[in-house]
Amino acid sequence: MGTGLLKVENLYLHFRATKGVVQAVDDVSLDLQRNEAIVVLGESGCGKTTLAKAILRLLPRNVHKYAGKVYMDGTNLMELSDEDFRKDVRWVKISMVPQAAMNSLNPVMRVGDQVAEPTEAHFGLKKEALAQAREVFQRVGVPVDFMSRYAFELSGGMRQRVAIAMALVTSPDIVLLDEPTSALDVLTQANIMNVLKRIKQETETSFILITHDIATSSELADRVAGMYAGQIVELNDAEHFFTTPLHPYSQKLMASVPTLRQTKKLEFIPGQPPSLINLLPGCRFAPRCSSKFEKCAQDPPLIDMGERRKVKCWLYAQGKEK
Amino acid sequence: METSATQQNNGTLLSVQNLHTWFELRKWGFGRAGFVRAVDGVDFELGRGEAVAFVGESGCGKSTLAKTILGLYKPTKGAVVFEGRRLDKLKSQDMQWYHSQVGYVQQDPYGALPPFMNVHRILEEPLLINKVTNKDEREQRIRDVMTEVKMMPAEDFLPKFPHMLSGGQQQRVVVARSMILRPKLIIADEPVSMLDASVRVEILMLLRALQQEHNLAVSYITHDLSTVRYFSERIFVMYAAKIIEKAPVDDLLRAPLHPYTQALITAIPDPDAKNAVTFKEVPPGEPPSLINPPAGCRFHPRCPHVIQGLCNTQVPPAFEPQPKHFVECWLFR
Repeated sequence: MGTGLLKVENLYLHFRATKGVVQAVDDVSLDLQRNEAIVVLGESGCGKTTLAKAILRLLPRNVHKYAGKVYMDGTNLMELSDEDFRKDVRWVKISMVPQAAMNSLNPVMRVGDQVAEPTEAHFGLKKEALAQAREVFQRVGVPVDFMSRYAFELSGGMRQRVAIAMALVTSPDIVLLDEPTSALDVLTQANIMNVLKRIKQETETSFILITHDIATSSELADRVAGMYAGQIVELNDAEHFFTTPLHPYSQKLMASVPTLRQTKKLEFIPGQPPSLINLLPGCRFAPRCSSKFEKCAQDPPLIDMGERRKVKCWLYAQGKEK
Repeated sequence: METSATQQNNGTLLSVQNLHTWFELRKWGFGRAGFVRAVDGVDFELGRGEAVAFVGESGCGKSTLAKTILGLYKPTKGAVVFEGRRLDKLKSQDMQWYHSQVGYVQQDPYGALPPFMNVHRILEEPLLINKVTNKDEREQRIRDVMTEVKMMPAEDFLPKFPHMLSGGQQQRVVVARSMILRPKLIIADEPVSMLDASVRVEILMLLRALQQEHNLAVSYITHDLSTVRYFSERIFVMYAAKIIEKAPVDDLLRAPLHPYTQALITAIPDPDAKNAVTFKEVPPGEPPSLINPPAGCRFHPRCPHVIQGLCNTQVPPAFEPQPKHFVECWLFR
């Protein structure tokens, strides 16, 4: 830990839609160190999945604006051609477990072959690919004799492990996990989180975990990025985010999480997130915020609070920036 | 009639007796291949105005149980008794009475609302079916129920179609529809699992307020134990088509008795940065198939405290080691 691995600067990904431009990822900056796990936390429609796709350059056809810088080991990935990006980055340096991955396995291919496929495609090693698949099956806790099965013969938890194995087989530096446990049962969920934790301890892998489930995200998080309406509103370490969050949105969000072990009064956030089309100027959370003031009509900067903590809110502007 | 109703006020509203709902599996369209035993011997009683949570993992039969209580599935064996009347003995007009007494809040609000009806029509439909012929009364009741679910001003929402509402608003329309016939029992099947964290609490608090205000009985079906504390008085834990533990909320969360319940509670994280460095003890394996459930206790293949020769051969009855705390486990024999 301690060395910078990935640095995202001012990343934009806007889509064209019939009603206007959808600002799904709007000026997002974050950084990730080796063997670190950052959680991108946000409600549905806040652009967190789009952020993952923007980092991995998995773009739909209706892109309106795709700009910014993504540095990895000193090179700006945004300058690579699509072919170089495919060859050298995707699944070699950064891989992904997409949302509902367990239902996207190929139904007519044995799961062992599917897990071996990335190694084969990227490095052209056929025999080694199967050996590596075998190894990664053990690491995620799927019995090796399941390799010759088809997806429908596995339970949901096992299929999810296979999807994780597919992302790990090429030993990438970063694994993007998009809602890896959201469709699973509580016990299976705990099992999968145990697997991810063990992989994080045993290897140097870094994780970007995208989720709306705050309690489960705490099982892996070193740091948390709170996302609201296409923007990161807070970057904080896990301990501070879960106990004393900075941004009013994160505070409200944490107050709405039911806890099992202590009783607390739950709160909810009145109103709903804005549409990402035709956004008004100013802070995007202001209409729902209980501590808004005149300044909130202007767009707040991402204010550096030191110790890699950042917050996009005028409340913290005093004495820091004008 | 009036006096007996008030006397019953704190009595039993719903009683479920030895309920079995099995689905037949067919081979090539005919010929029996076995049964899916989705509900397999469930007993419980629900008092007036009592909120009970059914907790279980997917496929444990909790939704089938709800639908059997609603009368949407016919039980294979056993009975559902509502206000002293057996459901399977009711005639069709009495079934209509029963459906007006029991409200249903579905999991997916968008799927539960007809897309071609506006909110006004959605709320008027149950009144028309139940022959509330006076138009002014219908209008009044629609407005009242909109106020109760805090969709105000009602004029803004009534002409809208479901797709024009947010997820939380849609779910409030579903709640309003279930409330409009002034039922005595609401069955809420995962009412908040499709909603975002900030909206989830809002809907739960709304349901809780309605429950207390109208002395409603609620069965709240969920897989999420952490919301249960805020909602119900008792918890029933389901595993593989059976209720394995019944207890008051605080007892169950503080001192769960059944090994499965213990595992379930250990597995649920609270947001805490320490979780990232600790591993959870989770029983191996997965819930059994309901076509061929294991003999004896259904949890025994995964149970860390299994007693060979007992747990794997004989089905445990319900023991009551503490008052009002029932558990189907041989450890408490």
